[in-house]
Amino acid sequence: MLMAAIKIAAVVLLTGVTIAAFLTAPPLGGMQAGGDASRLFYFHVPMAQVSFVSFMVAAVFSVLYLRTRRPDHDMMATVAAELGLLFSIVALITGSLWAKQAWGAYWNWDPRQLFLFALVLFYGAFFALRQATPNLDTRRRVSAVYLVFGGAISPFLFFVLPRLYRSLHEDANQVVTSTQSTMSPLVGTIFGFSSVGFLLLYIWLFKLGVAAERIEQDAGHRTV
Amino acid sequence: MTLSSFSHGSNNINFRLEAREVSKAFGRRIICRDIRVTVSSGESLAVVGPNGSGKSTFVKMLAGLIRPDSGTIQYRAGDQTFKPEEWHQHLSMVSPELALYEELTGYENLEFAGEVLGLGRGRSDLDELLDEIGLHGRGADFVAAYSSGMKQRLKFALAFLKEPQVLLLDEPTVTLDDDGVARVWSALAKRRLALVIATNDSNEAARAQRRIVMGVSSNA
Amino acid sequence: MRKAWAVLRKDVRAEYRTRYAVNALFLFALVTLTALSFATGGAALTPLLAAVFYWVILFFSVFASLAQTFVKESETKTEILLKLNAPDDAVFFGKWTFNLLLVILLNIVLTPLFIVMLNIQLSEWGVWISTLLLGGIGLVSTTTLLGALIAAANVRGALFSVLAFPVLLPLLVTAIRVSELCLGGSAEISRVDAYLVLGSYAAVSTTAAWLLFPFVWRD
Repeated sequence: MLMAAIKIAAVVLLTGVTIAAFLTAPPLGGMQAGGDASRLFYFHVPMAQVSFVSFMVAAVFSVLYLRTRRPDHDMMATVAAELGLLFSIVALITGSLWAKQAWGAYWNWDPRQLFLFALVLFYGAFFALRQATPNLDTRRRVSAVYLVFGGAISPFLFFVLPRLYRSLHEDANQVVTSTQSTMSPLVGTIFGFSSVGFLLLYIWLFKLGVAAERIEQDAGHRTV
Repeated sequence: MTLSSFSHGSNNINFRLEAREVSKAFGRRIICRDIRVTVSSGESLAVVGPNGSGKSTFVKMLAGLIRPDSGTIQYRAGDQTFKPEEWHQHLSMVSPELALYEELTGYENLEFAGEVLGLGRGRSDLDELLDEIGLHGRGADFVAAYSSGMKQRLKFALAFLKEPQVLLLDEPTVTLDDDGVARVWSALAKRRLALVIATNDSNEAARAQRRIVMGVSSNA
Repeated sequence: MRKAWAVLRKDVRAEYRTRYAVNALFLFALVTLTALSFATGGAALTPLLAAVFYWVILFFSVFASLAQTFVKESETKTEILLKLNAPDDAVFFGKWTFNLLLVILLNIVLTPLFIVMLNIQLSEWGVWISTLLLGGIGLVSTTTLLGALIAAANVRGALFSVLAFPVLLPLLVTAIRVSELCLGGSAEISRVDAYLVLGSYAAVSTTAAWLLFPFVWRD
């Protein structure tokens, strides 16, 4: 009954976080800029984290597929990619909304924004590749390779580039990456719960996605 | 014992191609199901069937170019087994789908194959091969200038270059004139190979000791 | 490896006779550069813009031509000959080296033309050349793998740019920034950091491409 526990925990955590996000004061530190919009911090960052996690999950299943050639593995990689796309789009949107309030423009050529956008482009390319390849076995093999290659490159986008630049996220860097010492305990707690909550939500959605794919395959509607 | 230590003409070692429970389908189209076939050195097998029955696909699976959905295809030398991809030093294929480098000469195509296989074949060896299949003196011409029959002969030269243990043929004599056909069969007779021929031509098929038929509706 | 060398020589020889890829590469670069030169009409470009132009021309020239090295083998069906006779590593490194040589050649031609036609001042030649080299390696590794990938998938060439761009983004951004420095700009990037990024990108992309190539090349 692990899944049931996960679902309940996710609901509880995320509900709690949402309530807390709006009842407590806006997060402090460099993110005081933006006032109320900075409450998005509790949602935007965990979602960006999840989109990266999803990428890694998809890459792992792709590697598995290349070794085992089991269609299931390819299917799971695709579900992970779909979720990754979803989360990165939402993260991109929430990030832009926040940026608009805090720094005046939706798009700031900031490395983290760039990373999320690149992620969206990557997933888009992934699905375009699948769409364009008629032969089933080739499609699976080829999209798996692309995903793994992207996975190998992704650290550059996520870790290296932001380090290289002074950016809007500079303050965020200090706050988030160098331990939560500059965040007040309350903010830190809420953020922590949110991260976990979104992760659990992701697991739940992943299982749902896989189950849905299985149903479609059984019904013969799709050979994904 | 590495592959290269199996020299050609070592008749005391038995080479064998084994296909077991090989199945392949493209989507809903079933090519073959649970094929079981064994071909040893000196034996020959014809793969026959109507157009589109999957003969070429089957041959390509034997060559390691296409992966079967299930089952195994392996090459056995003595007591060692190899996958088709590991076996390319001793496996040759002649097929309409195998194209030559048109921008290169006949010699250059052969030399390239030789280098990439790690064989040390000199010009005189190449000339011998060309003479055998009837391309005497044409080695220095660009393949683009060859007729289709000449190209087919060069493909055979390429195939024999590595002195293979197993030879896979797909429609081997379709583009050849009588002289070409005669040369091919005598070249095959001189060598002790495991031979698989996929063909529509009943004359070609008749040359083989055994045959399997593709496209029979035992596919469920 | 000697066999990779054989693949390389074969490609060079074939290329010399047909000039297929080379023409596409240089023509594309030249045309784009000329168009830009006309468009700016002699007006001075900021270092950042100049850097952007250079790398964009480089990237898209490569996309337009190098992506085809594998597609050509696929279209002419000579790939079976390769698959049956050559080890995978030899094929990969032979093609990789061929692509790298083309990119180096392109840079040798493009840089002087760029300076002349767009009236650019180039200081820090050492950094410029190292960036082109390191960036070129990353570019070539990615292009070689993805070129083989689209040939295997039998998809239209336009998809290549779509696939390549997200993956090459870190490389592009870093290379542009460092190049900007060489052109007199004031990008906030340290040269050492840039070398680290470009160098590790080159290493990671080459290793990943080499390891993944057999899965693309063979069924």
